[in-house]
Amino acid sequence: MPKRFEILKKEVLAPGIKRMSIYAPLIARKAKVGQFIILRVDEYGERFPLTLVEWNGNEGSITIIFQEVGVSTKKLGLLKVGDCISDVFGPLGKPSEIKKYGEVAVIGGGVGTALMYPQVKALKEAGNRVVSILGARTAELLLLEDELAELSDELYISTDDGSKGYRGFTSDVLKKLLDEGRRFNYVFAVGPLPMMRAVAEVTRPYGIKTVVSLNPIMIDGTGMCGGCRVTVNGAVRFACVDGPEFDAHKVDFHELMNRLRTYVEEEQKVLCALEEKIKGR
Amino acid sequence: MNKTINPPQPMPKLKPEERIRCFKEVALGYSEEQAKAEAERCLQCKVPRCVEGCPVNIDIPTFIRFIKEGRYREAIKKIKEKNSLPAICGRVCPQENQCMGRCILGIRNVPVNIGALERFAADWERAEGLTNPEKAPPTGKKVAVVGSGPAGLTAAAELAKLGHEVTIFEALHKPGGVLTYGIPEFRLPKEIVMDEVKYVESLGVKIERNIIIGKTITIKELFNMGFDAVFLGTGAGLPRFLNIPGENLCGIYSANEFLIRVNLMKAYRFPEYDTPIKVGRRVAVIGGGNVAMDAARSALRLGGEVTVIYRRTEKEMPARREEIENAKEEGIRFLFLASPIRFIGDEKGWVKEVECIRMELVEPDETGRRRPKPIENSEFKVAADTVIVAIGQRPNPIAVYNEDIKLSKHGTIIVDPETYETSMKGVFAAGDIVTGNATVISAMGAAKIAARSIHKFLMGEYQQINNSRS
Ligand SMILES: Cc1cc2nc3c(=O)[nH]c(=O)nc-3n(C[C@H](O)[C@H](O)[C@H](O)COP(=O)(O)OP(=O)(O)OC[C@H]3O[C@@H](n4cnc5c(N)ncnc54)[C@H](O)[C@@H]3O)c2cc1C
Ligand SMILES: Cc1cc2nc3c(=O)[nH]c(=O)nc-3n(C[C@H](O)[C@H](O)[C@H](O)COP(=O)(O)OP(=O)(O)OC[C@H]3O[C@@H](n4cnc5c(N)ncnc54)[C@H](O)[C@@H]3O)c2cc1C
Ligand code: SF4
Ligand code: SF4
Ligand code: FES
Repeated sequence: MPKRFEILKKEVLAPGIKRMSIYAPLIARKAKVGQFIILRVDEYGERFPLTLVEWNGNEGSITIIFQEVGVSTKKLGLLKVGDCISDVFGPLGKPSEIKKYGEVAVIGGGVGTALMYPQVKALKEAGNRVVSILGARTAELLLLEDELAELSDELYISTDDGSKGYRGFTSDVLKKLLDEGRRFNYVFAVGPLPMMRAVAEVTRPYGIKTVVSLNPIMIDGTGMCGGCRVTVNGAVRFACVDGPEFDAHKVDFHELMNRLRTYVEEEQKVLCALEEKIKGR
Repeated sequence: MNKTINPPQPMPKLKPEERIRCFKEVALGYSEEQAKAEAERCLQCKVPRCVEGCPVNIDIPTFIRFIKEGRYREAIKKIKEKNSLPAICGRVCPQENQCMGRCILGIRNVPVNIGALERFAADWERAEGLTNPEKAPPTGKKVAVVGSGPAGLTAAAELAKLGHEVTIFEALHKPGGVLTYGIPEFRLPKEIVMDEVKYVESLGVKIERNIIIGKTITIKELFNMGFDAVFLGTGAGLPRFLNIPGENLCGIYSANEFLIRVNLMKAYRFPEYDTPIKVGRRVAVIGGGNVAMDAARSALRLGGEVTVIYRRTEKEMPARREEIENAKEEGIRFLFLASPIRFIGDEKGWVKEVECIRMELVEPDETGRRRPKPIENSEFKVAADTVIVAIGQRPNPIAVYNEDIKLSKHGTIIVDPETYETSMKGVFAAGDIVTGNATVISAMGAAKIAARSIHKFLMGEYQQINNSRS
């Protein structure tokens, strides 16, 4: 039997983007679409959140997909199959509101193209007609394209550099569809904040219910610290317990972007230290 | 008999200049000579008022007499009859409102420093090696304890000693509750907390970390898994905010976030530890309790110039006297009779000023303290690039989410005042989750009583209590 929080599988999906399966039976048994976990790689590590992408209650495994952006995700990426993660905690957050809306659009940008996968799957199973829009900086960073194509009724791709699909942003693709007279009963978006904000602005004039999965800095994930607070509809909400999904038309994106920049210098410092250490090995 | 009383023994402390840049423990503890001299001061009252002041009624004159006679093993045994975490309580008990506050010597003279003596006995035992407590034969009953703060640890230890199989479920990656994530190293070394945790484990208690009851496992599922009773010691760990404009600017922390980063995540040792903390040149701490003092003194140690902003006066501050004195010695400034009304940011979204309004004290409120009232047109600004909001905590409802457990309008769990049973059969609760933010010793005292009710419940003797109540 695998050990607690042992890494069962690991694969590189794109440069700097990895998929891992972890043995965490209690979480696998309980996970729902839209929920996340908090990890701490080792004794010195930060606590940081990652979305639950897949889970298998029988095997006791959960799957995450992450982009190596800083010290915590880099450290996680260094672990090998058979290694154990110090702490894995969850499932956290409110599950997504999955129901039959009718015609839906699911939009993912960057690593969000992987995080949209459970949404597409669940919305499809609930009987929706799903239009997926995937975007990335460049073609090789598009994730799970085949899996998503298989699941979706329609699939569109955009890249910033035009190396695949439409040249531009996912929100442009969505806007084009709406301008052509297509209508959606529900839009879900996950990815970088500017992308989620752009999607919100595109759907706002149409009054389409639009939900985004927010990614503020988190520590405990249980409502204890308030570090993950976001302003939604003028009120303060804790993304770890009240979210992470919120009505995109009501989120104060500007404030969230500022808050995400709080530790830029410190992040740089620990990242450099880690890179020095890796080189020195 | 006319006996002269020794002068009080001062607690040896690190000098302010030595301690303001590190997280070393400030109070160093009595030497043997000092402990004996302080013990000498106790009048050994026939009707000791101090004992009434202690929430767990430690036999104070007896343990003090043992110290005076150099019988330290007996002293610690006496204390441990009532208090299983003496090294912790001796350090953090607000004894000036409890045992020490009631000491007869306090009327004319300086009261006996009971906490310091308790700490002495506990530290002596830690150095000498612990004595193993007796354990009852196994009962075959299983109890789940939720939360590993003082309440959870105490309930678990009591139940294990009574022969039950106990598992603690803790949400965080480290046990100890506030003792671990809240109270800083310089006031309560984490090594002491971990030793207490190890002691509880040595009784056979299992501690499962990274499990949040209500999400990973529900209370109902605990019963399905074979637990016969559940104890909830989930504390009051949710932060309160002021709900004034600008509160989400960068640089504004809840005290909980600040202290979790510093204590639990060891941000004071960044970059050795990965979790950062940002302390600017000028720090404003809002509030006047222990939490505010801990945040202020931590921020000072991280390099800030710290001002505590409190809406009443020093007299009404709920923090421990000793810690207010320590804070002052360390150079923390206090701004009394002022309350923030808005935070002002710079163009990048960082806080730069706190706009406050002056307050005056008017007639007392329901807590008996005089109520602060804003003075019109008295607004003024305080420069600050880090703000820590320490205005209180609320109970965490996650464990009882979707369960048949009645809560008060403040969100605390309602229990039977004698048995500590909740409205759900077989589920008991004690500590901050029942009282709201209180003290380590009161959480322990209540958890002990709850553990005894759980024991009766498990042994089938409980029905009687329930019947006599209804
Ligand atoms: C609920 C939730 C679910 C998430 N799920 C995933 C996921 O499945 N896969 C994944 O790759 N990432 C996910 N994220 C983002 C992930 O948590 C961060 O990328 C991670 O914490 C960064 O840590 P780090 O130490 O590696 O980098 P850091 O050193 O902390 O950050 C480096 C840079 O990355 C950016 N960054 C930092 N934190 C975040 C953040 N929370 N979101 C976006 N950018 C950030 C900033 O620009 C920062 O300067 C999720 C975030 C949340 C809140
Ligand atoms: C900064 C600070 C300083 C203080 N200073 C003093 C002092 O000097 N003297 C004093 O006497 N008192 C002090 N107090 C108060 C004292 O610490 C508390 O009254 C005491 O810790 C309460 O104990 P508890 O066991 O009820 O809860 P806590 O210590 O809060 O422990 C609760 C535990 O339960 C866990 N938990 C919560 N929900 C769940 C769940 N659903 N599943 C699993 N685990 C869960 C939490 O993670 C936590 O570890 C201070 C408090 C703070 C915050
Ligand atoms: S436990 Fe606290 S109140 Fe009781 S004797 Fe010790 S210091 Fe005093
Ligand atoms: S009240 Fe004071 S003098 Fe009397 S027994 Fe207690 S500690 Fe000693
Ligand atoms: S992460 Fe601490 S409250 Fe949400």
